[in-house]
Parts: sequence; C-alpha cells; structure tokens
Amino acid sequence: MALLVDKYRPRSLEALTYHKDLSERLKSLAQSGDFPHLLVYGPSGAGKKTRIIATLRELYGSGVEKIKIDSRVFQTTSNRNLEFNIVASVYHLEITPSDVGNFDRVVIQDLLKEVAQTQQVDQSARQRFKVVVINEADHLSRDAQAALRRTMEKYSPNLRLILLANSTANIIAPIRSRTLLVRVAAPTEADICKVLGKVGKQEGWGEAEGLNRRIARDSGRNLRRALLMFEAVHAQNEKVTDKTPIPPPDWEALIAQIADDIMAEHTPARILLVRAKLYDLLSHCIPPTTVLKTLTFKLIPKIDDALKAEVIKWSAFYEHRIRLGSKHIFHLEAFVAKFMRILESYLMGMDF
Amino acid sequence: MASFFDNKARAAAAATNGASSSKTAPPKESQNLQPWVEKYRPRSLNDVTAQDHTITVLQRTLQATNLPHMLFYGPPGTGKTSTILALAKELYGPEMFRSRVLELNASDERGISIVREKVKDFARMQLSNPPPHYKDRYPCPPYKIIILDEADSMTQDAQSALRRTMETYSKITRFCLICNYVTRIIDPLASRCSKFRFKPLDQGNAKKRLEDIAENENVILEAGAVDTLIKCSEGDLRKAITFLQSAARLVGAVKVAQPKANGHSKKRKIIEDDEYEDAMDVDGTNGAMVTIRSIEEIAGVIPNDVVDGLLKAMQPSSRGAAYEAVAEQVTDLVADGWSATQVVTQLYQKIVYDDTLSDKQKIKIVTVFSDVDKRLVDGSDEHLTILDLALQISGMLAET
Repeated sequence: MALLVDKYRPRSLEALTYHKDLSERLKSLAQSGDFPHLLVYGPSGAGKKTRIIATLRELYGSGVEKIKIDSRVFQTTSNRNLEFNIVASVYHLEITPSDVGNFDRVVIQDLLKEVAQTQQVDQSARQRFKVVVINEADHLSRDAQAALRRTMEKYSPNLRLILLANSTANIIAPIRSRTLLVRVAAPTEADICKVLGKVGKQEGWGEAEGLNRRIARDSGRNLRRALLMFEAVHAQNEKVTDKTPIPPPDWEALIAQIADDIMAEHTPARILLVRAKLYDLLSHCIPPTTVLKTLTFKLIPKIDDALKAEVIKWSAFYEHRIRLGSKHIFHLEAFVAKFMRILESYLMGMDF
Repeated sequence: MASFFDNKARAAAAATNGASSSKTAPPKESQNLQPWVEKYRPRSLNDVTAQDHTITVLQRTLQATNLPHMLFYGPPGTGKTSTILALAKELYGPEMFRSRVLELNASDERGISIVREKVKDFARMQLSNPPPHYKDRYPCPPYKIIILDEADSMTQDAQSALRRTMETYSKITRFCLICNYVTRIIDPLASRCSKFRFKPLDQGNAKKRLEDIAENENVILEAGAVDTLIKCSEGDLRKAITFLQSAARLVGAVKVAQPKANGHSKKRKIIEDDEYEDAMDVDGTNGAMVTIRSIEEIAGVIPNDVVDGLLKAMQPSSRGAAYEAVAEQVTDLVADGWSATQVVTQLYQKIVYDDTLSDKQKIKIVTVFSDVDKRLVDGSDEHLTILDLALQISGMLAET
C-alpha cells in the first residue's frame, strides 16, 4: 500500500490545491510553445517536484508517467567507472548528479550533450525538445554548473532544463541569469489543514479539526511531513480526537532529551554523556545540520532572552563549520560546550 | 547579412497590419520557439550594445584584417560571447565559419590533454581556401580563431599548456579567451593577449535594447517596467531579456497557445507561423500588459513590506525581546521560500541607505553582512544564517 504522500500526490496542474496563480503561470508557460529553462526553488515539502511532474504532464500528456530506470556507466578522465541511475520517460530524463559527488561534471557533460544532440524521435510528440530534470541542483559542484552554461544556450532547440533546488544561494549567477526562477513557497497552515481534511475524508477517517491544526503547526509548513505525521497518528490510534498526542519522530525525541541533559548540568562529564547520544543520531544518518538546528531551537525556549542572540550566533557559526569541515561530531560537541560555557558564565554573572 | 534588426520596418508593419506580418516573419519555425536571448543575439558587431570602446577597436582590426590574441572579461550578460561570435561571423561568413573557428567552453572537456591535442591540432591545421568569389563578401583573413569561452574555469595546468601553443602558431591562429574574472587567468596568458573589459550595461543602452525587443515581440510594457527590469537585472542584459520574455508569457501566453493539432504537411508549418504572429498581435491590442509587479515576481524580488516587517522587528526595544519578533519574521521568510541571498541583498540596501544610523554602526553591520554572505556561499543553512544576521544587526541597532 502506498503512503498517503504518494497516493494523493496531485497528477495534474489543475489538481494542485494551493498556489493557484503559480499553477496558472506554469500552465501558460507549458502551453506557450517556447518553454524556458526553469530553476524551481523553495523549502522542502513545499511541492516543487509535484509541480514539475504536473508541468511535464501538461507539456507532453500522460506519456511522461511511463517511466523506467536506466543504469548507465560513465567513464571519468582517470578511467574510473561511475554507475549512475537515470529515471527516464520517452520525453524526459530525471537525474540526481550529486549522487556521484565530485564527478557530477562528467555526467552533466556526457549525458546532456548526448540528449541535446539527438532530436525527439517520437514524431507525434507535442514538443520538439526533451526535458532534463536535475534534482538537488544546489549541490552541483562549480565545475558542473560551469559546464551547464553554454550547453543551455547552444542546445536550446532540443533541450530544456528544469533545475530543482532548496535555495538559489549556491547556484552561480550565470545559470541564474539563463533560467526563469520559480519560487515555490511552503503552504500555509490553513493550506495544510485543508489538504489533511480532504485526505482524511477520502480515506474515511474520523475528522478531528483541532488535531489537523496541531499537525499543521508542528510540521513547520512542510506538507510532506504533515501528511506522514497524519498517517502515523491514524495508524497508531483507532479513533482520533482533538487531543490525540502526535508521536514525534524518534530522533526528535532524542534531541529533546539531549537539550534537557544540557540544561540540567554543565560539566565535562555531561558533555561525554551527550556525545554518546549525538553519535547515536549521526550513526542513524540524521544530517548534522538538522541535529544542530533542532537542538538550537529546542534550547532557545529554555534560556533567558538576553542569551538568545548569542546562542543563535554560535549555532550559525558551528553550522558553517560543519559545512566546511569533515568530522561533524567535533562541531556538534563544540557547540554543546560553547553553549554550556555561555550559560554558566551568564548564571555566574560573568561577562562572556 | 540579413540582420534581424536591419529591417526595422518589420516591427512597424507587424504593429499596423497583422496579415502582412507573415512576409517578414522569422524564416524558420524554430526561431519562434527560441529563447529571446538567442533570437536577439547580435548578428553583427554593430548590433552589440553599449561596448563602444571594444567595438571600435575590433572594427578597426576588422578593416586591417589583423587581429591580436584577445582576452574578454566582464560580468555575465554584457555581451562577451556575442561579440566574438558576431566578429567571427563577419570575418568568415556562414560557409567558412565551421572550418575556421573552434569554440570550446566549460561544457567541453578541457583538461590539459585536450589543450595538447585538440587545440594544438586545430591550431596547427593549414588554412583551407575559401571558395571563389567568397572573399568578395567576407574578408576571410588568413588565420583561424580559437574561442575559449569561460576560460576562468580552466585549470592552471591547462592554461600553462596554452602558452607556447599561442606563440608558435600565431601566424595562422588567433586565440580569444573569455572569462568573468580576469584574475583567474594566469599572468603569462594575460600578457599575451590584448585585454578588453566589458563594462556592465548602462541604463540608456539596456533600456533601448529592451524596448526594441518589446516592440518586435509586441509586448506592451507598463510605464516604468523597463526601469524595473534593469534594476532587477543589475546590468546583466541576458537576465533582463529572460525576465522580459517570462513576464510576456505570463500575461499573454494563454492566448498565444497555438493549435498544435495534426500538422498536415510542411505548408502547415508556415501557416502556423502566421497564426502565431497574428496571435501575438491580437495579444498586443488586447492590452495584456507587463506590469512592474509581475517582473519583480519573476526576478524573485521580495516585496517591500516583507523586508520592512523584518526591519521593524529588528528595531530595539530591549535587546532580548527582539528575539521572538525577529524569529517569527525569519521563519515566515524562509518558509515562503525567498532566497537567502536576496534577503541579504535587500536588507543590505535598506540598512546602508538608512540615514538614522551612525557611520560606526553601519561599519559594524557591514562586517556581519560580509560574514553572512560567505557562509551562504559555503552552503550553510539559510534559516540559521539569516536568523543570526537579523539578531546581530538588531543587537547593533540597540547599541548607541
């Protein structure tokens, strides 16, 4: 049985429930014949991918839904073989170049050129060009992005790109100036409530307005997360009411526990204790940035107002370090130690 | 050469008489579907906008049929690639273009091995003779041109491998390096080239060009829309044109949608062309207008009231109390998907031009901005970084 997220994913632009004007815009772009390169950005769970797939459907009809997975082998200049998965339909390709790390440039160069140099085979196709969807475009290396530049211009008759990114900060300016930027904002809490209500009705589940509203608030305006939480609540409880507790994910519970630990005692021994838990989180593949961010926002309500700016400052500082460094645990621990020190000196009345 | 802009009459004819437009319509169907950036890429040197100095020099060399090695540098969207392509086309014409010009860019493999083999082979190749009478139309000077686009993304090694190649074959080959950052080109290469700086387009020229295109495409612009376009694109003409095209689609595209059903034959294609043009005309007269707001939306500019809201939240009441308000604003900002770089830019403009702040405060604040920008480029989490920025500024505002 498919998850709710997949089961109720809208398939066409008309079926999308929020950002109506954006859907309208995408639709007119798809119909205008000269579809531009797109750079779609927005927070996760806002519905970027759903919109793209709906747009593709608008462009080519239902043929885009018949997808197959290709595994291709690329050869780097140093004769290393890279295996790379491509999700493809007759009309479009979908790739995640960051899968191959630093070798993404090779994939981009080889694959895009190959696609661009062959015309659409299907004569009955509605568009002359093929579309390549690039996931996680903000994780593309500089080289790969540079490789895109001229390709986008030169092969524009046969090829359109759709880049998906969480933010535009890491996309180099020349790419930004060649694409149409499409911002997909996260749905508002009211939007999420509406979706939850609709899905609940279709599944035949009991309605609990208050619960839906609480899920919407807890999800941080992330629709995917809201739907998953919604499903979890209903899976665990036969009958839901407005007061049914929403089970937090295990990792969030653990981080909350860490926050309590940190607040309770400020000693090296406590850091040792926290370290074990942090390791536990990391070894379960929770991204270090998520850990740090969640931890920070769990700690913030517990401390005095005067300290908040300082804590955020150091949190941002160590987040940057995590990004640059290679050993994540160091920076997480450093943040914990720093936090303890700031709090302790504040309590002691010393200047920090 | 039939330049698109040479027949200015086309625009006038299209505007007054929809039916007659078919005669002057772009020759190929594909042109209709091209991005305007490609469609309006300058076809000759004279078409290149705003780089007067460079163009004068190049035109003089065109007459003298001698060309130095060249290094073009400047910000994106100022016409570097367009200029050299236009120059090459004027020099060689369509027939000789393929055999005389080698264009390599970052999308091609450009390691040291390619410089040693492909570039060197091409540089070494003897010149082919132009067909008879061809020389009457195009100068066809006795050298080839190798265009290395985006040369700043070439490795140091590859660049040094070019050094001797450039000199040895200088009799029959000219190089043209194009880059954004001249500092990334190694000195020995830079000293072998005559440098041309492409400055960001000034308001007047960019405006004229955009208005030309708008007229050609029958797009009606709201008063002031062009200025907004220029402001949003920061001197990058390509960006401005992309914005313009997207905005035009946004307001009128639904009517442009052409019946694509069962194309019968080649004739059908031509007819479609007519319909396309007609549709555009109808569009124009119907008064679908590109507004300032739609341009800003496409450019991803954050509405003023959102930025003001954040600024207001940052104003000091007592230092700690600012946290809740700021955090709320930032969370909304991030959830709405505004790009962090855009937030930083707009906040920066607001603060730097705020006269109520003392210079000392501004100096301190600007340091924070630089730090934050670096972090964003390194790929830090946007939410934390922006929150940090807002809180630090708020703290500094509180200091007197």
